Amino acid sequence: MTGVAGAVIDLAAVAVLVVGIAGLWRRDLRALVGLLRIQGVALALVAAATAATQHDVGLGVTAVLVVAVKAGVVPTLLGRVARSDPGARESAPLINVPSSLVLAAALVGLAVIVGAPLHALEPGRAAALAPLGLATVLAGYLLLVTRRRALSQVVGLLVIDNGVALMTFLLTAGVPLIVELGGSLDVLLVVVVLRALLGTMRSRLGNVALDELRELHD
Amino acid sequence: MTRDLVSLVQVVAVALGGLLLTGLMAKVRARAEGRVGPPISQPLREVAKRLHRESPRATAGRAQGMVPTILVVTTAVAAGLVPLAGLQTAGRSGADALVVVFLLLTGSLSLAAGGLATATAFGGMGASRAMALSALAEPALLVALAALAVPAGSLSLPVLLAHGLSAPIAMVSPSHVLAVLALLIVVIAETGRLPVDNPSTHLELTMIHEAMTLEYGGRDLALVTLGAAMRLGLLLALVGTLAVPWGLATSSSPLALAGGFVMVGVKSTVLAVVIALVEVHSAKLRLFRVPELLAAAFVVASLAVLVGVVAR
Repeated sequence: MTGVAGAVIDLAAVAVLVVGIAGLWRRDLRALVGLLRIQGVALALVAAATAATQHDVGLGVTAVLVVAVKAGVVPTLLGRVARSDPGARESAPLINVPSSLVLAAALVGLAVIVGAPLHALEPGRAAALAPLGLATVLAGYLLLVTRRRALSQVVGLLVIDNGVALMTFLLTAGVPLIVELGGSLDVLLVVVVLRALLGTMRSRLGNVALDELRELHD
Repeated sequence: MTRDLVSLVQVVAVALGGLLLTGLMAKVRARAEGRVGPPISQPLREVAKRLHRESPRATAGRAQGMVPTILVVTTAVAAGLVPLAGLQTAGRSGADALVVVFLLLTGSLSLAAGGLATATAFGGMGASRAMALSALAEPALLVALAALAVPAGSLSLPVLLAHGLSAPIAMVSPSHVLAVLALLIVVIAETGRLPVDNPSTHLELTMIHEAMTLEYGGRDLALVTLGAAMRLGLLLALVGTLAVPWGLATSSSPLALAGGFVMVGVKSTVLAVVIALVEVHSAKLRLFRVPELLAAAFVVASLAVLVGVVAR
């Protein structure tokens, strides 16, 4: 692996994780969507740098696809939902922000310990970073289970998806293009459906704090 | 002999530089806000003016009078130990990063004790706030230093910096970048800049550092101001050097050392200007939000350690 591409992979992979954890820090929903966009760009950088080192055209196409979907279409769709409710904040997460940040640090430690054997599967500098993908998945789960707003839960889901994608790029240098295409379209579909659902929920109920949805409406 | 001289010059440079940097940051803020602002040498002049005055003290106890001296002396010792211009300073056995951290901590502890000794409501409030923030910032600082020490395998600053000089590619490693980021947040908290504390107001709801020093006047106030400025100068120079060790003199030739002093001045000036420009665009955090910022610094520092271990 050449020096520059290796450094780019290192930095971008860590950026994916850091942005995922920053999602636990920010309360502003629009900032959360912005973080998702940055994460998409970092993920695409990992793919592009891996493609450059391995001279893999398919992976290069995947990188373009990742930028288009994960940094373009999905954040734009979610951004519209966030803008339609200005000033919406994650005001009372189930676990407060400092605790969830410290918990995230512990989860990263856990991922590094659990993920250590992954390195034995495929020796190489990129594979050594695979525990960071695992840590991103765990941070996404934390976001998903501790936030009350529907939009932040969707962001948590997408952070999990980005973590899985990071692991595939680092460990296997990307799955075949058709599989990646299927996965990306899947996520896109989920986001479109969730966006429609959120819009309907707001127009009917005026609010999408999921904890308050206790009883059925006609 | 050269080592002692270098340390002495470093102490003087940190004292003068710290005061000038404080003035520079005020000037940059003023200009960015469209005001003319006080001259850069304003803090220097104020300290010089007050040094000739006598110090009124709030209570009969001796504690308040000792605080400014302890603050200035501990910071000066730290400034002499740390390799800022050249790798060789007066610390024969090598300046351990932890020694520097605890010297600075002794200074802030004495300042808090002085705040309590004046027996006023504001002094106590400022001291309790400063200690609470310091207790949160300290773990982040220690973990960030540990992350920087991982590649060199030593917490001794000269060893650590020599390793950094020998491997320039390590400067863009994720672990290094994250550790420097965490250090920057801690430095902002420890020197009482925005968004943690606002150095330019005396608003009772928000002030931290100013609340502790309200009851000081005359020479005492001059020394406290000098101590705080030296702290700022030392921390900025140290973070600049740790982030980019280029320009450190490895030999003890006068020319190399002079170059080292110029380089460390440039680095800390750049950092100060950047922090001042960021300050213009940021509002002070609510006191209860500051732990979130410091928790973020701690997480970033822990990530730096973990990534450093993983990617090794």
